[in-house]
Amino acid sequence: MTKVETATYTADEMMAVAAARRLRNGMVCFVGIGLPSRAANLARATHAPDCVLIYESGTIGAKPEHLPLSIGDGELAETADAVVSVPEIFGYWLQGGRIDVGFLGAAQIDRHANLNSTVIGDYEHPRVRLPGAGGAPEIAAMCRETFVMLRQTPRAFVEKLDFLTTGGKGVTCVVTDVGVLERPDGELTLTELHPDVTVEDAKEATGWDLRVAPDLRLGEPPTSEELNALRALKPANEDTSNS
Amino acid sequence: MARIVPLAEAVQIVHDGDTVALEGFTHLIPHAAGHEVIRQERRDLTLVRMTPDVIYDQLIGMGCARKLVFSWGGNPGVGSLHRLRDAVENDWPAPLELEEHSHAGMAAAYAAGASNLPFGLVRGYEGTDLADRTSVAWITSPFDGQQVAAVPAIRPDVGIVHAQQADEAGNVQLWGISGIQKEVVLASRRSIVTVEEVVKRLEPRPNAVFLPAWAVTAVAPAPGGAHPSYAHGYYDRDNAFYVRWDEISRDRDRFQEWMRQNVLEREPAVV
Repeated sequence: MTKVETATYTADEMMAVAAARRLRNGMVCFVGIGLPSRAANLARATHAPDCVLIYESGTIGAKPEHLPLSIGDGELAETADAVVSVPEIFGYWLQGGRIDVGFLGAAQIDRHANLNSTVIGDYEHPRVRLPGAGGAPEIAAMCRETFVMLRQTPRAFVEKLDFLTTGGKGVTCVVTDVGVLERPDGELTLTELHPDVTVEDAKEATGWDLRVAPDLRLGEPPTSEELNALRALKPANEDTSNS
Repeated sequence: MARIVPLAEAVQIVHDGDTVALEGFTHLIPHAAGHEVIRQERRDLTLVRMTPDVIYDQLIGMGCARKLVFSWGGNPGVGSLHRLRDAVENDWPAPLELEEHSHAGMAAAYAAGASNLPFGLVRGYEGTDLADRTSVAWITSPFDGQQVAAVPAIRPDVGIVHAQQADEAGNVQLWGISGIQKEVVLASRRSIVTVEEVVKRLEPRPNAVFLPAWAVTAVAPAPGGAHPSYAHGYYDRDNAFYVRWDEISRDRDRFQEWMRQNVLEREPAVV
């Protein structure tokens, strides 16, 4: 890989690159909007052209040229191998055990990779009402493995979740703006640091006493190929008619 | 047998206190029908929808809802629904009861409703806090002892969807991302389908969803009726509007002013 000596990149770009590198060619991925979609499409544009992208709107094998704003953008349907109904995508394909990797985000995560996307504060009187479960509980339970993408802060990486929306059992890897956490013996453990980040930074960004792998790896910065491919993925056009 | 009627007349089958499901998974979201529900000032509705987004934010902010049954409530790719949050966090304009599920749970519940079964089955909910907060029960398979989650069937009083076309007899055809639309129409006691256009004869499309006139209560022409969502083959999703909704909806006064100008003081398109 060619290193970029002078290139600068954002934390989000580093996260997308780190997640994309973990996808192997031909993997079947259940993708959400935002960073997961960027990561999966980057993988498809670089080392894993035959990655199969499935969005929960029922589009199987979507090949978008733009990053969709929603999981049901028209371009996903137009470029898909097949478009199936919502009961079918969750029943036959996800629950049927056909998906290799699921991607999730969350507002909070604990050391066992359990996720909260429901409320901050008390359920009956929440401080912040979050969107809720969506497809997350079944994605984490049914995919062969699940990657979580989440910025690492003490408010997000908490000792105790305010609400357990999604069980973390199937989560194998958490990609953050600090590095990568995996779970050699169950508990989330820092196994890789992004360039220019220290172990101290990682610990300070975590709301529990973060374990660090004895063989901690130092991650490679994005290559110019990766950055170019990532930046070529333009968001879906936002200049359409207004109301 | 579906009658083809103006939108304002079709929406009269929605009554105060009804359980109403407006569906459309990103694609074909029945905005025009939702606006007509707001104009007719329906109250105390139990609103059901897998992905309450802008149209439910508007219905909730305008005081139509007593309860929301849902699985993911947000502005896709943008952020929070400010009217939904204001209702849940501050009881404005009225308290909102929540019943929440996962997507898979709701999909199974709609399919059960359409199939006239008392519940749908999913592998899920186990070990989550959701299980304690929603309507779910555990069932043991009589055949091999496996434990699965049962979610009660969804049987709305009225199901509302948007489609591309109907013919003059009231048969409906929709295509592209078809989401949960077929299930919601067949699970509901009464149904409204708004359409982009009424054509003389439907051109059969492989894999399209076809709803025969005898399975639908009312069909109403509503060209552009999915905007800011989209209608495959007719117009694209207005992504910019979803981004703009974030600022419009943030402030109560600004929201009400926008609704007055763009919904309350507008008549539904007459075709």
